[in-house]
Amino acid sequence: MTNDLPVTGSQARVRKVKPSAFDLRGSSFPTSDGGGDLLEISLGPHHPSTHGVFRMDVVLDGETIVRLKPVFGYLHRNHEKLGEGTSYLGSMPYTDRLDYLNAMTNNWAYAIAVEKLAGVTVPERAEYVRVILAELTRLLNHSCLAGFLMQDCGCSGTPLMYAFREREKILDLFESLSGSRMMCNYQRFGGCRVDPTADWLEGARRLTDGYSAFLDEYEALLTGNEIIMARTQGVGRLPAALAVSAGVTGPMLRASGVAHDLRKVDGYGVYPRLNFRVPLGDHGDVYDRYMVRMLEMRESIGILQQALRDLPGGPILDPKAKQRGLRPKAGEAYGRIEGPKGEIGFYLISDGTGNPARYRVRAPSFVNLTILEDLCLGHTVADAVIILGSIDIVLGEVDR
Amino acid sequence: MEALEVLRERLCARFSGIEVALIPNASPSGQSSLLLSGSGLREVAYFLRDDPALRLDQCSNVTGVDWPEREVVDTVKETQPGAPGEAPTIVERKIKRTEPGCLEVVYHLYSIALRQGPLVLRLRTGNRTDAVTVPSFTPVWRSCEFQEREVFDLFGVVFEGHPDLRRILMWDAFKDHPMRKDYVEPDDYEWEPTPHGDVLAKARKHYPVPMAPGATDDPATAGKISE
Amino acid sequence: MNETIPATPPPTLTPDERDDLRRQGILLTSLEELYNWGRSHSVWPLNFGLACCAIEMIAASMARFDIARFGSEVFRPSPRQADLLIVSGTVTKKMAPHVVRLWNQMPEPKYCIAMGACAISGGPFKQGYNVLKGIDRFIPVDIYIPGCPPRPEALLNGLVQLQQKIRGQPLTGADAPRHLRSDDPCDCPVPELGANDIEPSHTPALWSAPALPRPDKG
Repeated sequence: MTNDLPVTGSQARVRKVKPSAFDLRGSSFPTSDGGGDLLEISLGPHHPSTHGVFRMDVVLDGETIVRLKPVFGYLHRNHEKLGEGTSYLGSMPYTDRLDYLNAMTNNWAYAIAVEKLAGVTVPERAEYVRVILAELTRLLNHSCLAGFLMQDCGCSGTPLMYAFREREKILDLFESLSGSRMMCNYQRFGGCRVDPTADWLEGARRLTDGYSAFLDEYEALLTGNEIIMARTQGVGRLPAALAVSAGVTGPMLRASGVAHDLRKVDGYGVYPRLNFRVPLGDHGDVYDRYMVRMLEMRESIGILQQALRDLPGGPILDPKAKQRGLRPKAGEAYGRIEGPKGEIGFYLISDGTGNPARYRVRAPSFVNLTILEDLCLGHTVADAVIILGSIDIVLGEVDR
Repeated sequence: MEALEVLRERLCARFSGIEVALIPNASPSGQSSLLLSGSGLREVAYFLRDDPALRLDQCSNVTGVDWPEREVVDTVKETQPGAPGEAPTIVERKIKRTEPGCLEVVYHLYSIALRQGPLVLRLRTGNRTDAVTVPSFTPVWRSCEFQEREVFDLFGVVFEGHPDLRRILMWDAFKDHPMRKDYVEPDDYEWEPTPHGDVLAKARKHYPVPMAPGATDDPATAGKISE
Repeated sequence: MNETIPATPPPTLTPDERDDLRRQGILLTSLEELYNWGRSHSVWPLNFGLACCAIEMIAASMARFDIARFGSEVFRPSPRQADLLIVSGTVTKKMAPHVVRLWNQMPEPKYCIAMGACAISGGPFKQGYNVLKGIDRFIPVDIYIPGCPPRPEALLNGLVQLQQKIRGQPLTGADAPRHLRSDDPCDCPVPELGANDIEPSHTPALWSAPALPRPDKG
């Protein structure tokens, strides 16, 4: 992805700004370079573009951001404390509500962590079904993210409508398999809850084969669009070293050029048997993050076709694995997967009883927000909204 | 990645003034951890990040854990000499002691450059009341910034050297540390048609709950249908 | 000219008679019906989503379920221009003052739908130190939609019920809506964030803890 456009628009208006050492809540601000006053405004927590109840306290010099402090906790629902008071199986429905767009991958990450803790093996059919559902979730998430990002850019809902049209098709599949559109509660320790039928698999195959046509239609209007390129190229550049140090994971890290995809690095599930590429970006700006997600969707279609073709028979759940009365031996485990937003991990400490002694969620959106201020400094407020959109946060997992 | 025992030897040889203990993990995950204590721990962190064999450049997860004080029963076997001409006898004695509580911070480190990990580090505070300071690793790994703030907010661990240590999830005026095991929730009355357990105890303060004949006040049996 | 006003009001028409007249091209209505018909069929919600239910609300506004055909054509970003506050998602104590402030900024006539179990009573997160056990502790709720999350069709059903409720409101009298009465302040007190909890934990005029004893198990 080369940037052949001359320096216009967004690149010209980014100023080099060093954050000054004043306290946002202090009573006196230093004045701006131009001799005027600095203005502090709060973007959120109720804001059409902040993807949930997220608040950014920005200090502006004219239109330029000189300081940005994210404030969250507006959706802190003490998920971790609930996990300590609930059994291992009882926490599975709560994991649906973490990243509420991608319930299936949250379930899988939690199931992997408990399976590591208790030493449970998963039958092969269940591993393939998990891959199929995770890649369908990735398609859903990236389509909707592109829609929301375009809405932030000002496309006023049309790409979002198209994305939600495809999302509804995928949600129909989830509903017929697990009983619920969003809060699927589908994975179990040692497999999956329900075996997909041949009809369901046929429906999944048809959806997968038709998805490339949707992506072509979607990208025809968006990817080469000069307004989108002018608004997103050069905006919010994230250098690779900062990304690695800040614990950024997922498409945001890969857009900065770092080849780190847990499906390849950890090789969990049956991913080592599947053939797919990992797209990387050159510049680390908003456009690269959008393009990485578009290309990942194409790769996901390939993975889905392979998994649906190679799906073996067999049990869908390990019959010896305990679900309700699970009492793992005292110990701890950290299990993680490559969710659509990044590395989602669960850290569980067991004390031998039916409830965990410590239940911790490593949420990708929470850690990815560390560098929000670095990305937004020197940009305008309109760019900050787009940068936030490209980080792809969901407040359910930021605040837990 | 090298074995934990080898890493432990290397760290002890290189840094005087620290103690490194290996905490084994009994679960099938096999993720044992290193408990660091002493002074100059941030230098250890820099070493772990920059050493060419380790290159642990990503701190993936920072977790706070609350270990309240608990009673531990140790079984001690003593050999007592028997009478002359008889074999010595082995006597078991059970000694009760109170293990003091502490707050713990667990770091999961990975290497993106060398594709290895995780290395699990633990730091423990002195106690749960006044000695709650540990060094911050935010200058080493930027990803610790928000996660250490969360541990401060929810557990009360003070990270010395953190650039901006303030509450992150709860509001600034909030006074307690909610994830501790002894945290008492505010009495935020809620009505439930069939309360039991903690909710029953709270509900009793707000309305009278008639009990079935023969039932006791024991929270374990509260809410159970009497036979 | 010198006719006195009749002592009894004129007899009203039955619905069949009105239908008959309508077929002949004569439309009869009352000011109340007309006013309520206009109000109920153009309820514009506030673009306000808190958590998971917000995604189902967005899905309800998308092409498949299409809330626009019920009159909620646009979701307004500003509370000053919105009629309906759909509280979709868990209201936490940190967010509660903001929700009440948004409610106060909305001009009358305004309505509130509590969508989802969390907005009704705290939902699955009820045992929470930061979770408000239902938004009706602070603002008056008109329609409750249970579910976790409720399907978009359930939200549309709730919206239709709200429209029926609006159409049934008389213009005068004790049951008149808030904006037509002079005794209702229409403003809800905003809670403060205290040291351990929000203060007060609920608005006594709007919500009181039910004092229902548990039925005896014989």
